Amino acid sequence: MIDLRLLSRTTIYMEDVKPQLLKVTIDGIEVEVEPGTTILQAARKIGPEVAPPAMCYYQPLKASGGKCRACLVRVAAGSAKDPRPMPKLVASCLTAVQDGMIVENTTNPQVIDARNGIVEFLLLNHPLDCPVCDQAGECDLQNFAFDHGKVTTRYEEERRTFEKQDIGPYIQLHMTRCILCYRCVFTADQITNKRVHGVLGRGDASEIGTYIEKAIDNDFSGNVIDVCPVGALTDKTYRFKNRVWFSKPVDAHRDCPTCSGNVTLWYRGEDVIRVTARKNEWNEVTEFICNTCRFEKKKTSDWTIEGPTKISRSSVISANKYRADTVKPAFGQRLAAAEYKAIHDERDTSQLGIQQLAPERFAKVLPSALDPEP
Amino acid sequence: MATKILTEHINVPGIETFDVYRKQGGYTAVEKALKTMTPEAIVEEVKKAGVRGRGGAGFPMGMKWSFLAKPEGVPRYLVCNADESEPGTFKDHYLMKNIPHLLIEGMIVSSFALGANKSFIYVRGELMYVINILEKAIAEAKAKGFLGKNILGTGYDLELVVQPGGGAYICGEETALLESLEGKRGNPRNKPPFPAVKGLYQSPTVVNNVESIATAAWIVNNGGDAYAAVGIGRSTGTKLISASGHIRKPGVYEIELGLPVEDFLYADEWCGGIRPGHKFKALVAGGSSVPILPANLALTLANGEKRLMSYESLSDGGFATGTMLGSGGFIVFDETSCIVRNTWNFSRFYHHESCGQCSPCREGTGWMEKVLHRIEYGHGHQQDIDLLVDVAKKIEGNTICPLGDAAAWPVASAIRHFRDEFQWHIDNPSEATKPGAVYKGEMALV
Repeated sequence: MIDLRLLSRTTIYMEDVKPQLLKVTIDGIEVEVEPGTTILQAARKIGPEVAPPAMCYYQPLKASGGKCRACLVRVAAGSAKDPRPMPKLVASCLTAVQDGMIVENTTNPQVIDARNGIVEFLLLNHPLDCPVCDQAGECDLQNFAFDHGKVTTRYEEERRTFEKQDIGPYIQLHMTRCILCYRCVFTADQITNKRVHGVLGRGDASEIGTYIEKAIDNDFSGNVIDVCPVGALTDKTYRFKNRVWFSKPVDAHRDCPTCSGNVTLWYRGEDVIRVTARKNEWNEVTEFICNTCRFEKKKTSDWTIEGPTKISRSSVISANKYRADTVKPAFGQRLAAAEYKAIHDERDTSQLGIQQLAPERFAKVLPSALDPEP
Repeated sequence: MATKILTEHINVPGIETFDVYRKQGGYTAVEKALKTMTPEAIVEEVKKAGVRGRGGAGFPMGMKWSFLAKPEGVPRYLVCNADESEPGTFKDHYLMKNIPHLLIEGMIVSSFALGANKSFIYVRGELMYVINILEKAIAEAKAKGFLGKNILGTGYDLELVVQPGGGAYICGEETALLESLEGKRGNPRNKPPFPAVKGLYQSPTVVNNVESIATAAWIVNNGGDAYAAVGIGRSTGTKLISASGHIRKPGVYEIELGLPVEDFLYADEWCGGIRPGHKFKALVAGGSSVPILPANLALTLANGEKRLMSYESLSDGGFATGTMLGSGGFIVFDETSCIVRNTWNFSRFYHHESCGQCSPCREGTGWMEKVLHRIEYGHGHQQDIDLLVDVAKKIEGNTICPLGDAAAWPVASAIRHFRDEFQWHIDNPSEATKPGAVYKGEMALV
């Protein structure tokens, strides 16, 4: 965990400074952003330590957001002109920043309490079948629940369940896992030429469906799998084949007549077991890809390999795949190294087969930690 | 005799027809407004009148009108919210059914004031016969030259469209109503932008309740100051109250705001008191979504003064000892009513009507309903009461639209004021689940 008190002394200025930039303070850290930026985007500029979680907001999709309420924050001061606090918690993904706005995210107990409530609500009807879910390891809900969830549930009633549905030859819909973020609806609206699925029903009986089980048949339909924050929409060519942490993502491209052809290939051993669009550090697709690239090009010879995908060190996907010295130390590591103290343990671990880390090796792993730079 | 602004002529035989309505002084406001007043002057009068939105939120209508953006070349719309579906509220239905021309006259005047050339009346789908009445009235008004092109030769055009809704409670929320009117799923929009900037078809729009719009005609005729002279303090004018429950004379009453709750409840002119042989136990003062109050708090304020039927007096004491005027759905409970069952019933309604868009409301309303069902049917646990309070707290204020609050308030307030009754249900399940069993412990009956 990062100590926010240390972060709060830092002021981050964005590169292209223009005179009309707005100054906003999030959790004590000041950042300057362009007018029209939302609180969430401003917080993301500062870094993942202060960025509110987003289960429904998806930057590449217009009109997304506002539904999951996971990103609620408190605005302690509306703007420099009108420093009154906002009466309610606001959805940071939709609220535009004002000059002089002060936002409380992880520093406000009311926000944390509301967020804990949201996790509880989202998990009420979630099957928690993570052990057999393809999304496990790259699931937004799993991460959100890890950060804000409780160990037990207070819900005793029967959970809402649905039959699995095949929507087309490539996609399976497992509605029971859905958290109704509407991302797949926006995706179909905005990047395919016709949307044939949507939300049916209302309240906790609403479901994603195609009405009379119609197939989603479209060159770009596979993208709904990538945008799904949970395991509700899964790739039928990949289902139950693998756990994400056993596969190794590699960036590759091909000359595709339909899409950009920039993808991530997921290797297990020598085999490409899955193709997905490339995602940024916020788990958002940067370029949507077509179904041919996604479902039909599963040979290495189809692709020009660019190199290993950059994966956050904290992600389970990176486990055991990268040598530590090839990864640029992140802020957290620098912090950890700064506070590093040799453990004076009287137990002798040499007999247990645990490799002792030599000081010079440590220096190689974390070069900047021992550098005199600030 | 109290001042009647809306229902003065409601009992005149044939008032639903144009001729009789006209004979009673109808449509003079249209003549006055279109021929002698500017739109700005009408907005000014409505502002002076201080009339507050009668749909539930109580936002001043004149303010709402003055917020309307007026970009060049973009049409503006007036939408009348006649999707009255709050349990306990049936005043708009009564008004539209009996005196449809009053609403139409108000619509013409308001549309003129806002510069709208196409206005909509979004009526709840269940009220098909009211829709027929309205359409007939619109056809009559059109035939007489009060609607359509070049009204009364003034050059002002107005088309009135009556749109039946699908009967969803959520479509009474103004942005969900606009979505539904556009032909989409009735999901509330995220605000901002507010409808006054981007409403129907992304154009500036004003959405007002039937009762609010109906007052506009009277305000034009008599002036804003005359309207503001009626009522008390910032609660100006009259309000239609739909009284129901265990009272002798249920019905719709037009009262001057500021009337004591006690007078309204017991006087023969209005509710006529609790049904004979019974005692007053609890009151829901403004439709099912406002906090419920026990009898003693309903009649008197915390400081011992009489509670009045006004926006301020009813909300005196905040949610600890107060409630809200809301939409004026006055539901009275006597000592034979079980508050747990009633709360469950309300909760079931909100569970059914949640649109399912945002997670706290979608999941929380269903959860509260299930827990209340469990308590009512004798399977409650000791921790359930605190659980309900906590769930209500986590829904309240965290949702896109006020439906989440509306679902949370009745539950939170019922527990606040009738906690013993909930506890009794949990402690004595076999007794509480007997048919007709009601908590008989200590409580303030009047």
